Amino acid sequence: MGTTDSTIAGSLRDRPGLLATVLVGVVLAVDLGAKLAGVEAGPIGGSLSTARLGSNLWSGVVIGLVIGLAGIGLSMTYSILNFANFSHGDLLSLGAFTGWGVAFVVAAGSGIPLRALLTVRAAGDATPGEIGAHILTTPAAVLVGLVVAFVVTALAALALDRAFYRPMRDRSGISLLIASIGVALVVRYLIQFVYGSGRRGVTASVDASNVAFAPLGLSVDAHELALSVAAIALMLAMHFMLQHTKLGTAMRAMADNKDLASITGIPAERVVTATWLIGGGLAGASGYLYVMLRGTIQFDFGWLLLLLIFAAVILGGIGSVYGAIAGGLVIGIVFTTSTIWIPSDFNEAAAFAVMILVLLFRPQGIFGGVSTA
Amino acid sequence: MSDEPATGGSGAGEDAAPDSAEADASPDSAARVLLDAIQRSDLGVVLVTLGVIYVAAALVTFPDGLNSVVGLMQTLTFLGLVYALSALALNLHWGYTGLFNIGVAGFMAIGVYTMGVVVRPPDPAFGPPGLGLPLPVGIVAGMALSALVGLFAALPALRLRADYLAIVTLGLSEIIRLTLQSSTVDTFLRETFAVGTGGGRGMGMPDNPVRALFLVDGRAGNPTALGDAVFGTLGEGGVGISNNILVGWGYVLVLAAFLLGFYVFLERLGRSPFGRTLKAIREDELVADSLGKNVDLIKIKVFAIGCALMGLAGILWFGSQGNVSPTPQFMPLLTFYIFVAVIIGGAGSNAGSVVGGIVFAAVLFEGPRRLGAVVRDTIDASTPPSFADAVASLDPVAFLAYATDNVAPLQFVFLGLALIFIMHRRPEGLLGHRIETAAAVDLSADSRPDGGDSDE
Amino acid sequence: MSSPDAGAGANPEAKPPEELPETDDSPIEEAAQSTPPGLPLRVDGLVKRFGGVTAVDGASFEVEEGSLTGLIGPNGAGKSTTFDCITGVHDPTAGHVYFKDEEITGLEPHRIARKGLVRTFQIARELGEMTVLENLMLAPKGQRGESAIRAVTPGLRGAVVEEELDIRERAWETLEFFEIDHLATEHAANLSGGQRKLLEMARALMTDPEVVLLDEPLAGVNPTLEEKLLDRIHELRGEGYTFLLVEHDMDVIMNNCEHIIVMHQGRVLAEGTAAEIRNDERVIEAYLGEDV
Repeated sequence: MGTTDSTIAGSLRDRPGLLATVLVGVVLAVDLGAKLAGVEAGPIGGSLSTARLGSNLWSGVVIGLVIGLAGIGLSMTYSILNFANFSHGDLLSLGAFTGWGVAFVVAAGSGIPLRALLTVRAAGDATPGEIGAHILTTPAAVLVGLVVAFVVTALAALALDRAFYRPMRDRSGISLLIASIGVALVVRYLIQFVYGSGRRGVTASVDASNVAFAPLGLSVDAHELALSVAAIALMLAMHFMLQHTKLGTAMRAMADNKDLASITGIPAERVVTATWLIGGGLAGASGYLYVMLRGTIQFDFGWLLLLLIFAAVILGGIGSVYGAIAGGLVIGIVFTTSTIWIPSDFNEAAAFAVMILVLLFRPQGIFGGVSTA
Repeated sequence: MSDEPATGGSGAGEDAAPDSAEADASPDSAARVLLDAIQRSDLGVVLVTLGVIYVAAALVTFPDGLNSVVGLMQTLTFLGLVYALSALALNLHWGYTGLFNIGVAGFMAIGVYTMGVVVRPPDPAFGPPGLGLPLPVGIVAGMALSALVGLFAALPALRLRADYLAIVTLGLSEIIRLTLQSSTVDTFLRETFAVGTGGGRGMGMPDNPVRALFLVDGRAGNPTALGDAVFGTLGEGGVGISNNILVGWGYVLVLAAFLLGFYVFLERLGRSPFGRTLKAIREDELVADSLGKNVDLIKIKVFAIGCALMGLAGILWFGSQGNVSPTPQFMPLLTFYIFVAVIIGGAGSNAGSVVGGIVFAAVLFEGPRRLGAVVRDTIDASTPPSFADAVASLDPVAFLAYATDNVAPLQFVFLGLALIFIMHRRPEGLLGHRIETAAAVDLSADSRPDGGDSDE
Repeated sequence: MSSPDAGAGANPEAKPPEELPETDDSPIEEAAQSTPPGLPLRVDGLVKRFGGVTAVDGASFEVEEGSLTGLIGPNGAGKSTTFDCITGVHDPTAGHVYFKDEEITGLEPHRIARKGLVRTFQIARELGEMTVLENLMLAPKGQRGESAIRAVTPGLRGAVVEEELDIRERAWETLEFFEIDHLATEHAANLSGGQRKLLEMARALMTDPEVVLLDEPLAGVNPTLEEKLLDRIHELRGEGYTFLLVEHDMDVIMNNCEHIIVMHQGRVLAEGTAAEIRNDERVIEAYLGEDV
């Protein structure tokens, strides 16, 4: 009656969900191959250029890096603090607005009123072209903005914890979840109050901002490249911290087993503080980078990304930083590549569907094994 | 409300009001006794809450005349009722059974969209085609499809813990919204079934039958006998209230009747062995299982019933508003509003959901924007175009002008703070401290066999 | 795998079910009268593995009808896991469980409970937000009002109310039997540890069971209450219930159970009367010097 892991076939038979997923994956792979080859056999196949597939995959990777970066903080709060933080998405928005405000100030120089710059064009008449913020023309401004985004959001996340979550430290995960919905509303609508509700352009357009990778027929935008570099750098820094510092070890221990960790003398509150600072900072940075990628900004973009970030975290396994990154990449690629098979108004729904399937059949995720209370 | 401790002591059953208890207690002030009596009666609490809100509404609008006062009261009552209906449905899932379903918006959308598709004519002047069936058929179809999708959504509920279920139902709600918004789906439906969803633009709703009670064919200027009577006494022929507002009040009365139906249905469901099993599942599934209750089957049933009610609430609310569209009407924010209403009132208590819906609609939803408008009118300054401009002007009056003209975001901030405050200080809401036992008979100390029975 | 020696298992001191008094048969007593013959509970070669850990490694034993059987063993012997496997909380990796000669291996807990096998939990799982009386009224099986339709429909609700009145009366009686009737309208969360254990047992009895599995019912209970509880158990046993009792307190087991099963490292080590167990070298060795 119990499961015996003797053979792959045996274990597949015992887990129908996994079997179904594998079958679907095989069918999709075959179809993809047929499409690339230009072969058509009934419903299978069609035509698909390698260039288009390549650009889809690349877009997926880029957006996946953003989602993964954002997911690190969400995954950590979920496992160390034991609740699903529904205000995490709005930290992305916070980082983006504060970061780009400062980036504008550095980039624009004189002649443009301060309030137009700091509020990311909520006031005044400046156009993105006039401000001229772009990684190729004003790299210093963009970098300063990234740092500001990280720092401000890190401090804000900590402040929010002190004000709203710490008084509830001993309460159930559901109560904290509900409170976090309240915090999300507060953050999001303060942003709207201060920065206005309209969507507006942020980055200037620069000719020749595309870098071509001729061999692969790929055309890569400078901002996509910059984002990838920044995201990977931050992830490497995170990896280094987790593996080679005492704090990192403590965080990994607490993510795995909070009670055991507290018995062995790991200072819980210090780890919690670090979780908020680092998780919040990464969220702010990822929001900033997302706006750089998209070129536009709006007060609730972070909230709209939240479900995708949750999908990534769940896919990767709650509590696993590497899982969040991997999950982000998968979700990003699903998001962009699903348009090969389904109409584009459904690509978000496809990512959600993946998340729901994961929760149903393997709630511990790919890298899972971490159990949260 | 009285400050009874959350964990009640030897609480009386909700409707038991033994005279001996009051006589034994030290003489309270008359106000205290009255408050207690009102608190014990569900209807009393609701009426008093409504009364307080009406008084506040009158105070805010009386300078603008009778129509403003009656009109605001009608709006507040309408919103209060539809939020109450939705909160009651969500309360069944979450308050009673502990199923953290935040896909409410999606199920409401299914209900109203199905009704629209079934009732709209097959060859409309504009908008998507429908099946052209009568309105009652549409309503039943809407509830049935919501229940069916609810059954489907119940499957993850069987295995997932609360926060995962929240995420799944949220994802499901978004998938529903994106499906209704998709032009691809709209085209597919039109080609295959000769009906449509209207995609991003949505669809027009059928005429409100209540209107037809007052006006022949719903056309203004052509009143029915009832319309004549009402308009003559209260309307433009009599007291002077606008006819449209009176028709609106007519619909409000219909909603009140539905609310009564919801309430009686859910109270009966809750005060029964079925209701007991729901509470048990909420507290400890393993115990319910070990006592012989088929937890999976019960969850599925409850999900279907609740979703059917959500579908009906969606129809009564959005179906009467002329037009539905997926965005922004059915975004997750709608579900969160209803959640706040349930929490304010006290999760687990039906009376709480009603009171919570009314309080939410008036105090947190409509109230602030009205108040903002009123304050704005008293300020004699132009509104700065942005926050930055308001701050830069260094003029507090200008800032106030900006704030009151942009009440919407501040309202949400206030809502968020209210939610956090409730979770911190009073998670049981306004009425959640009452001991409401799930039984078809009284379970107070009086029910002891030799102490004299009192049944339902 | 030591299988119980059937001959040694049959306890020479086992009493036949006592004659029931003529007067005032409560539904509990009436149900007990109709207990059919056959071994109430039989476990055969039960195995349960969790990943790499083998919690139960081939346990086999029988529980006689109307008996008060004790299940003891050092920590980690597999007692709670065995309970969980019997009651359907876990699916056994191998082996069989029989209830009145019917196989119940791997059935879901609610199906097993409906057949007449009920258990209490080691850490009392009172339903805290419901009152004590409510807790008890939850328990009876097959209540008419558990159907949503019957609960709501005007014509059918009358029958539901009638049944509720009956159940309520039984509940009060059961509360009085356990002397916690003064707590009837309290939230169960307000009860003391010992009172919660009493509630667990009262609630289990309301299901009209035939076999009751008690998982450390006396843990954390003060001596006076303990004595009261044991009195009640004996009284109920006299009415025909079968009890399988897991306890750590050796004296309790030795003084009350007519048949004792000793588990060690997932297997049944020995079985017999208190006297036999006390002198069994294997048992003494297993407890490594603990007071037996």
